[in-house]
Amino acid sequence: MRLRLPRIAVCSNVLGTAQLINRALYRQLYSSPLDSEYDRLYPGHIPTTPVQKALLAVGSGAAALQNPYRHDMVAVLGETTGHLALVRLRDRMRNDPEGYAILTERPRIRLSTLDLAHLAALPEGSFGREYLRFLDENRVTPDTRADVKFVDNEELAYVMQRYREVHDLLHTLLGMPTNMLGEVAVKWFEAAQTGLPMCILGAALGPLRLSSSRLRTLAASLGPWALRSGSRARCVLSVFYERRWDQSLDELREELGIEPPPPLTLTSTKKANTAHAGLVS
Amino acid sequence: MAASFRCVFRRLLRDCMLKVNVVSTHHASKPIYPAYGIVCRCYSDDFQGKSTHFGFETVPEEEKAERVYKVFESVAQKYDVMNDAMSLGIHRLWKDTLLHIMNPLPGTRLLDTAGGTGDISTRFLDYTRSQRERQQRRTIRSQQTLSWQDMTSTPSSNGQQELAESTAVVCDINKEMLKVGKDKAEKMGYSSGLSWVVGDAEELPFADDQFDVYTIAFGIRNVTHIEQALEEALRVLKPGGRFMCLEFSKVSNPVLSSLYDAYSFQLIPVLGEVIAGDWKSYQYLVESIRRFPDQETFKGMIEDAGFFRVQYFNLTGGVVAIHSGFKL
Repeated sequence: MRLRLPRIAVCSNVLGTAQLINRALYRQLYSSPLDSEYDRLYPGHIPTTPVQKALLAVGSGAAALQNPYRHDMVAVLGETTGHLALVRLRDRMRNDPEGYAILTERPRIRLSTLDLAHLAALPEGSFGREYLRFLDENRVTPDTRADVKFVDNEELAYVMQRYREVHDLLHTLLGMPTNMLGEVAVKWFEAAQTGLPMCILGAALGPLRLSSSRLRTLAASLGPWALRSGSRARCVLSVFYERRWDQSLDELREELGIEPPPPLTLTSTKKANTAHAGLVS
Repeated sequence: MAASFRCVFRRLLRDCMLKVNVVSTHHASKPIYPAYGIVCRCYSDDFQGKSTHFGFETVPEEEKAERVYKVFESVAQKYDVMNDAMSLGIHRLWKDTLLHIMNPLPGTRLLDTAGGTGDISTRFLDYTRSQRERQQRRTIRSQQTLSWQDMTSTPSSNGQQELAESTAVVCDINKEMLKVGKDKAEKMGYSSGLSWVVGDAEELPFADDQFDVYTIAFGIRNVTHIEQALEEALRVLKPGGRFMCLEFSKVSNPVLSSLYDAYSFQLIPVLGEVIAGDWKSYQYLVESIRRFPDQETFKGMIEDAGFFRVQYFNLTGGVVAIHSGFKL
């Protein structure tokens, strides 16, 4: 059992701190100016003790609940609580040939790596074209995702980063807009798929902020559809999207096991962008 | 006796070096004695000068000032909120104690170095104003017992005296912190008696013998060359002026010390991340506290700079210490 449960006894704090200080003093004697406690495993990595992770989880959860626009707090909550789910996701990816390719090649979805002109030239109904349409219509970019900081394993950090970057693609695959209802639907799908505690929490608390009519839509059609698709679908992180831009969207949905989305009434995109950035990771 | 001989020797050297310092820029000026911290001469093949500590990291001296600037630039907006959260509000008591020990009379000129958001200066103004009111009440009460003849015969009566105004100068190297402090002071209603100056504690932009009291609260551990800051303090103080430093220090009690360490290292960076979104600045904060010299060593450094009657007061079991010295 690799997960260490947080221990709150003072003596273990002291031991942990003593170790931290010993390590730091060792570094003090032998460090060069370019050596640092940070960025050891991957750029942006901050090492934390189990006590710190527990405190971060509680603190970031409280901060995110109090101010839902604190996207960084939602991200920190995901990182500190998601160890088990990340391990499970990573193992699922390893067992899948395409997922294994992703883990070895480590593609990143960024504006700098996307060829937008090529995507625009693709035929209608193809995955790449629909994705570009989604980005334009909702006025979002893939560059707003925070970097992973508190995951203490380099591979799991990449899995977390991939999960964040795939979120927009999931919107396209599920055909959901970036308003609150669409975000909650995508969250339910992700909760069923990944089992990340932060997704489950978001899925449970998201509906509280919906109006009653949207809540009815969620309960009647969107919710069950999202849960069904999420539990039956193939692991969405294992799909090498960068090589499938020209594949037809319907064909991709069938391959992954995602049912076609139920029809949505036209909803406004007010506050869509902030909701979108907030509910991802 | 050894201390005073060292003082004289140092002053002689400093006078010789003064001319050199005047022409050199801030970054090129080297202290006569190495700054406190590890002087990694054997590891200095990579970089030009000496190195110093930045928390638990070792960095070139030139880099430290810049990195400290960046830290405070990023924490400026949430600085006061974080102070309250980290110290559970106790920092207000510490600063009040500093003022009580200072016990300034009305008409005092204060220089609040590394004053940042102006906590010490605003407290100083409150203190001197209440002292002024108390003085006035006392004079009125004493005048009420005078006879009619005495009242008319005394030349300076009924508020014709020149009342000296207490002034505070807030000096900080970081413009963001000064901005936050200025806005805060305006909101709190302090209009007169405060001025805000950008300046480096190692090279103050003031003439000699200007101030009655020099304070530096939670700032001196961020200075690259502490001895230089102490010498500058000596320079700008009037003879008879008082140097006061409020700073984190060593806790001697081992039980309290381990609790304090656990609290600092486990909780404070977490608070920094949750409240201010900045882990690294608050990790630097707790590390820089550990690198600062303890009460006796710092007292020795103040004496070496030329201050007399140096003493320190431990607050909260040694978590914080107030060092005080006089220029004679």
